[in-house]
Amino acid sequence: MDDVKGAEENLTVSRLRERFPEATLSIRSFRNETTLLVRPGDLIRICRHLKEDPGLLYDFLSDLTAVDRFGDHPRFEVVYHLYSLQYKWRIRLKVQVKEDEAVPSVTSVWGTANWHEREVFDMFGIGFEDHPDLRRILMPDGWEGFPLRKDYPVQASPKWWEEGAAGD
Amino acid sequence: MTERRTMTINMGPQHPSTHGVLRLVLELDGEIVVRCAPHIGYLHTGMEKIAESKRYQQVIPITDRMDYLAPLSNNLAYVLAVEKLLGIEVPPRAKVIRVMLTELTRIGSHLVWLGTHAIDIGAMSVFLYAFREREAILDMSEQVSGARMMSSYFRVGGLFADLPEGFEKTVRSFITSFPDRLAEYEDLLTKNPIWLERTRGVGVIKPEDAVDLGLSGPNIRACGIPWDVRKSNPYSGYEQFRFEVSRGTRGDVYDRYLCRIFEMQQSVAIVRQTLECLPDGSIAVADPKLTPPPKPRIKQSMEALIHHFLLWSEGFRVPAGEVYQSIESPRGEYGVYLVSDGSNKPYRLHFRTPSFVNLESLSKMVEGRLVADLVAIIGSIDIVLGEVDR
Repeated sequence: MDDVKGAEENLTVSRLRERFPEATLSIRSFRNETTLLVRPGDLIRICRHLKEDPGLLYDFLSDLTAVDRFGDHPRFEVVYHLYSLQYKWRIRLKVQVKEDEAVPSVTSVWGTANWHEREVFDMFGIGFEDHPDLRRILMPDGWEGFPLRKDYPVQASPKWWEEGAAGD
Repeated sequence: MTERRTMTINMGPQHPSTHGVLRLVLELDGEIVVRCAPHIGYLHTGMEKIAESKRYQQVIPITDRMDYLAPLSNNLAYVLAVEKLLGIEVPPRAKVIRVMLTELTRIGSHLVWLGTHAIDIGAMSVFLYAFREREAILDMSEQVSGARMMSSYFRVGGLFADLPEGFEKTVRSFITSFPDRLAEYEDLLTKNPIWLERTRGVGVIKPEDAVDLGLSGPNIRACGIPWDVRKSNPYSGYEQFRFEVSRGTRGDVYDRYLCRIFEMQQSVAIVRQTLECLPDGSIAVADPKLTPPPKPRIKQSMEALIHHFLLWSEGFRVPAGEVYQSIESPRGEYGVYLVSDGSNKPYRLHFRTPSFVNLESLSKMVEGRLVADLVAIIGSIDIVLGEVDR
């Protein structure tokens, strides 16, 4: 993701830049929403700062999910929607991750991330380092594959059909 | 000294007070819940996956089925997200009608919660009364959309149709009689000693834990945090309506009950204001690429017929980008994260459903309480399993 020229940097971004001058932050602004791309290595300290800085107080993790950019490298994006109850601001954080690579778990920053990360693991197969209980949440334990990956079919023929077709 | 042993039992997935196919693995020390592990996914239907293969308008009926008690809330969140991506705003009449029907939906949803929650705790009459009033709301939904539950009345760019003749009178008559009905429920429950005994001090959650666990809606407001998306980040013209945000102090089952009762009163106030300020005019954006031509024109104009055909076969394209739009559903913050690649289908569509997030806090609320309290606590969170599992 490239920086968008002329993108209006809001207070959150300037405070982060001030606090973490060495961190690579790419910013994109679209429809009055700011997206911040961070490196997995910086994720936890940036999240902690966003939550604890008295001028920001992003204490509420609204949502955590992922996008499969099948064909791109790195393949996945893990997306965090943060909300500040105090200032009523929203910001979106993104981390890019390769297949078979793990992202640091943010459960130590926001407790609610536990189920969200389990869902991302279940649906995309993305691992989360230091997650206290990383296992499937919606699909059965023995389920094969990760349904929200782009290369997982929307409609699949049942196994008995394929077996029958192969046997003919 | 006797050895103290715990017993593990399953509650659900088929149990009336789990409010759907929810399985709770309970570790019990006598009647005390030592540990509670919710198991979900029994109703998982892959809605987000299906949405990736549907055109934008075709996704609306899917959102209905997620939270079948508040289908119009889901419609609203989704259409607002698509409209944000498109960069369009619907006409004022459509906005006000959306608010009116969403608030009626909130009342209807809270009535189902009240009835089922009360019956879990043993109060039968409230259940019958609440469903009687909800019937009137389902009738209204039928009048505007033709469907009682899965109404899919909101469309990207506006509404499916204008309000039918005499609809405003029906709504006015409902909001005139409803406050008295609400007072009747309160007579039955609010100061009822059994109700108080079963709900006060039960399932307490502290404000800091509520924020940490992402609780929203009446559940977080009952802890004393007056956060309501309609006020904090208004959408669909909510900033022009006067209403108060519910707030509790103790964060227990009783406060969650009081918050929802108060919210029903406030919804009545909002619906009254929508009737007062309902503007005339169009109910959809004047864009032939989004809005189908009126039926009579299709019979006269080849251009209109082509547009109609294209809309139903190809849909419309949405600029590439991503948005997050959230609304205050009856259960809390209902968010739609939508990623577009510029085609006529969502590239990725994710629903931040309040039931999913709120249910995560169940373990914290019940551990150390009696099994009987668990029944009251699940009811007070107001989950819809269709929304939890998606």
